[in-house]
Amino acid sequence: MSTAKVGIIVFPGSNCDADTYHVFNNIIGVDTKFIWHKSATLEDRNIVILPGGFSYGDYLRCGAIAKFSPIMSEIIRFAQKGGIVIGICNGFQVLCETGLLPGALIRNRMLKFICDLVTLKVENNKSIFTSYYEIKEEIKLPIAHGEGNYVCDSDTLSELIGNNQVLFTYTENPNGSTGNIAGLQNVSRNILGLMPHPERASESILGNTDGIRLLRCVAESVI
Amino acid sequence: MYKAKVIVTLRPSVFDPQGKAVENSLKSIGLSSVLDIRIGKYIEMEIETESYQEAEQVVIEACKKLLSNPVMDDYNFTVQEIQSERSIK
Repeated sequence: MSTAKVGIIVFPGSNCDADTYHVFNNIIGVDTKFIWHKSATLEDRNIVILPGGFSYGDYLRCGAIAKFSPIMSEIIRFAQKGGIVIGICNGFQVLCETGLLPGALIRNRMLKFICDLVTLKVENNKSIFTSYYEIKEEIKLPIAHGEGNYVCDSDTLSELIGNNQVLFTYTENPNGSTGNIAGLQNVSRNILGLMPHPERASESILGNTDGIRLLRCVAESVI
Repeated sequence: MYKAKVIVTLRPSVFDPQGKAVENSLKSIGLSSVLDIRIGKYIEMEIETESYQEAEQVVIEACKKLLSNPVMDDYNFTVQEIQSERSIK
């Protein structure tokens, strides 16, 4: 029985928070709570999710203003102690802005907002996020972003690859991301950022369950 | 009172698709001499500090912490002294 206690951070402008809550609470069946961004504490949560959306209207740069929300200093402390943090889409942008993950996400190469189902390759399945997938397995997840073009310098890219930090790549790069990167973990392997939305691919009635294995895998990694 | 004018631009190594699109559009309306366009952000700030040096430090801190992202942006700025509303009275 998992003792996961999931905290979903809600910023002004988050819009995937309720979907993510639904999957953890009702589909996977673990203790799940919303945490308002002005909260000073993560309470007893042992998994933190930064959900998709448009925190602070994406003003200035995506995620730039959210990184100074009151809860963020607590999340940085939690993450640096090894706490599990996942940033999905806008959450990934916030994690890059705070420096918890390397690199940055800029405007898609073709400038358009892309809402599509894309094929991803699992590049590393020895992580708390991906162990329910096969190595090199191809899965389909939805993306919905205007700024999902992952950029980093060539030294960082070599490190990401050398340390097996890249967990998901696009088989057909939709947005110009460096190294076709769709999702990566930090060096300490407790923080994941990804642009695709696993929470939108978690119920067979919605036609796709490729995402549930990621979220279930994380929930069950907490014993 | 000081006024800072900050310009944040994408670093030269970062591809600027927005600039490229505008460049192509200018070419399409016949301005074929336009060679390269990069788009950035322009920010004005009014700052109340005792000295010019302090105002400059505030701008640098603002640029480093929030206005630019060192992974992808460069910034530069100017600071000039202006009349505050109080001293006008």
